[in-house]
Amino acid sequence: MTIEIISIIGAVVAVSFGAIGPALAEGRAVAAAMEAMARQPESAPTLSRTLFVGLAMIETMAIYCLVIALLILFANPFVHAR
Amino acid sequence: MNVGPHSPFDLPIEFWVGPVPVTQPVVTTWLLVASLAILSFLLTRRLRIRPTRTQAALEILVTTIDDQIHEIIPAGAGDYLPLLGTLFLYLLCANVSGLVPGVHAPTAHIETPAALALIVFSAVHVAGMKRRGVGGYLRQFARPSVLLLPLNVLSEITRTFSLMIRLFGNVMSGEFIIAIVLGLAGLLVPIPLMGLELLTGLIQAYIFTTLSAVFIGAAVTTMERKVT
Repeated sequence: MTIEIISIIGAVVAVSFGAIGPALAEGRAVAAAMEAMARQPESAPTLSRTLFVGLAMIETMAIYCLVIALLILFANPFVHAR
Repeated sequence: MNVGPHSPFDLPIEFWVGPVPVTQPVVTTWLLVASLAILSFLLTRRLRIRPTRTQAALEILVTTIDDQIHEIIPAGAGDYLPLLGTLFLYLLCANVSGLVPGVHAPTAHIETPAALALIVFSAVHVAGMKRRGVGGYLRQFARPSVLLLPLNVLSEITRTFSLMIRLFGNVMSGEFIIAIVLGLAGLLVPIPLMGLELLTGLIQAYIFTTLSAVFIGAAVTTMERKVT
């Protein structure tokens, strides 16, 4: 296996496994927010603002994985040929 | 390895000013800043007590941003409206500008988010020191115990870093996916993705501003409230 193929496999593993956790967490967060909004519709603006900020926080984990994958693919320190 | 569109870490250089290279995001940022400044100057030149239609729309925009900041920062929120409002408007234009043909969003390169995150980082500490005094502000890092000092300092740095990576990653991945789909499928297929990118740009501008406000709010209030 050349270093390029290993890099591609590494990028795929990083994105696929890195997306599992944030996906589960975002699902739970949205479900909890929906439940809270159904119970107290008058608090919906505050809830949705907090929800958006929280979702962005959770999503950052997935974005980190994406950035690592792109670093592996495009800015790999072990691949010199361009 | 040359796969699909060009690497998101490449910086296209437009021209050189002496020994200093001026890159494409810098030129786009200059154009955006100039157009925003000229637009604001032209729109606020003749303000009246009885507002015209444009002035009423502008007032709605400014009061909305002001209300949002007031909800997050409890005390003295008006001081931070210029910084946060400018950040929001600039980020909104910068994120959405990637959809204009021939223009690349400046926030899709890591340098622009890095500069903005540094601005927020300094603004947070300057605001905290102004309101609570240098000693009082610095002492909060050694709370609840001196043992936690490295962790508190580390959390300041990592949250700024994640602010940068979040903006960069979201905007860059949106542009990247559009470029890949355009290369694979052709002319009209990326349009729904561009609609999604519009939404992402708006939400990311909102989140960047909100998080900056939360950080400033945490720095100026004595409560120990920390996010990320």
